[in-house]
Amino acid sequence: MFALRPDRFRPASAAGGAGQRRGTPDARTGPTATVEVFVDGIPVRVPEGASAAAAVLLAGSPLIRETPVTGAPRLPYCLMGVCFDCLAEIDGIANRQACMVPAVPGMRIAPQRGARVAFRS
Amino acid sequence: MSCDLAIIGAGPAGMAAAVEAVDLGLSVAVIDENPAPGGQIFRGLEGAAGDAALGADYAAGLPLLRAFRALRIGYRPATTLWHLEPEEGVLSLLAAGTTSELTAGRVLLATGAQERPVPIPGWTLPGVMTAGAAQILLKTAGAVPKGRTVLAGQGPLLWLLAAQLARAGAPPALILETRPKGRLAEALRAGGLLAGAPLLAKGLALLAKTRRIPRLRAVTGLHAEGTGHVRRVLWDGGATECDTLLLHEGVVPATHIPLALGLEHDWDEAQRCWRPRVDAYGASSHPRVAVAGDGAGIGGWQAAVAAGRLAALDAARRVGRLTEAGFARRAGPLLATRRAALALRPFLDALYAPPGWVLAPPEDATLVCRCEEVTAGQVRAAARLGATGPNQLKAYCRAGMGPCQGRMCGATVAALIAEARGTTPEAVGTLRPRAPYKPLTVAELARTG
Repeated sequence: MFALRPDRFRPASAAGGAGQRRGTPDARTGPTATVEVFVDGIPVRVPEGASAAAAVLLAGSPLIRETPVTGAPRLPYCLMGVCFDCLAEIDGIANRQACMVPAVPGMRIAPQRGARVAFRS
Repeated sequence: MSCDLAIIGAGPAGMAAAVEAVDLGLSVAVIDENPAPGGQIFRGLEGAAGDAALGADYAAGLPLLRAFRALRIGYRPATTLWHLEPEEGVLSLLAAGTTSELTAGRVLLATGAQERPVPIPGWTLPGVMTAGAAQILLKTAGAVPKGRTVLAGQGPLLWLLAAQLARAGAPPALILETRPKGRLAEALRAGGLLAGAPLLAKGLALLAKTRRIPRLRAVTGLHAEGTGHVRRVLWDGGATECDTLLLHEGVVPATHIPLALGLEHDWDEAQRCWRPRVDAYGASSHPRVAVAGDGAGIGGWQAAVAAGRLAALDAARRVGRLTEAGFARRAGPLLATRRAALALRPFLDALYAPPGWVLAPPEDATLVCRCEEVTAGQVRAAARLGATGPNQLKAYCRAGMGPCQGRMCGATVAALIAEARGTTPEAVGTLRPRAPYKPLTVAELARTG
């Protein structure tokens, strides 16, 4: 589980729609703008510039994917584009490396469950 | 589109090479997978340079980053190189779901490093991550682990992260240091302390900052346990509860693209990894391709900056933008800078050499291929049946055939085969990756820009 640093970000409020919001500006700790994304349908505010994988960790999700071989749950491991354990369905596109995709307002991130379904009948 | 020099990666080596090459009048394109320049070490720097938790060394990258941003070049962030045809210098790129091509007279691979895999039982559990991953969350998302965090492993990044987490208000509850007994004596014999004194002083200051964090030394038998999420970390003689376990055993060159290109590589016994064979200026075994920075052997960002600039000088010399005399005049000080930046490496390499149980996990049940869920025991069994290397192994099991294409398991698989067959990782060799270097969809392939 990960949380935004309290010294850098004001606690997120549940109100407000997708878009950007600026927290208490503080020259010592860098920008505090956040964007709202949806992790498995639940809204979560994440800092501007954070990845979709970071959003899943900040949302406290138990998993970002289930493996195709045994269905085991996984969360991001390396966050630098190497391990492919953060594969997720982002805005309807399966098997995206969530750590390489910046979070943008309104983005929808859902777990990748097993292998991609190529055709749905 | 064509250019004199295409640089892959906008970390320290890539940014420095671009600045130098533009200064020498070359047309330059920089391709980088990340949305902003900086590589891993200076990741998120433009947004977080003022963050006191990250420390002064992080902000030290700002001048280079600003010089890079001021260049009028074809800088393509959020762009993946998925194929390189070196004979004609054709790069196949993917950005925003669309493919495109770029032709370059010379290609500089500045793709940096990746963290060495730490295949312990339970390392695939949610909540187990690399130290680098936690640092990226700190840099780019201002996020820290919640609950009880344990750091396990060794190396400069582990200590740096411990200090950064402490300053960010989330100190680790425990550090499990895996450095075996006796390594300090070996490291002292390796030398470099005098020439590397400034770096050593920084390292010791860092250690001092983390001295309040409880730690155990020479830990062995590390494993993670939990149902659906890590709950406990165990080692020989102890165990503790945890919510997050961060692993780190140093970094190794990211050799995926150099290996796919078929560049000559050498086994680096000191760093227990492969590195592309390059000359003093980064020229590889292919006449069009150079490699600079940590991707050519781990040396840290200051050595990478010098290496990137040297590779740019070499590129300019090759197209007649720089005379031999001008080249020698500019290269001399850079070679000296790099030598100084590398002075402490023999000491660090000996001090933080990964223990054998990290390189080749002893327990058969341990997963080594995270993608295809292949265990150490399955690899050993295949090696005994006749698999002579990681490529031959693909006839027996799917290790290295998942989406990461062996980036995570390649080194472990080779070490296990070497152990089972009574030979060395050097003799066993490497995986030979193929394009696409990262998976892309047929739709992306069809959409050309």
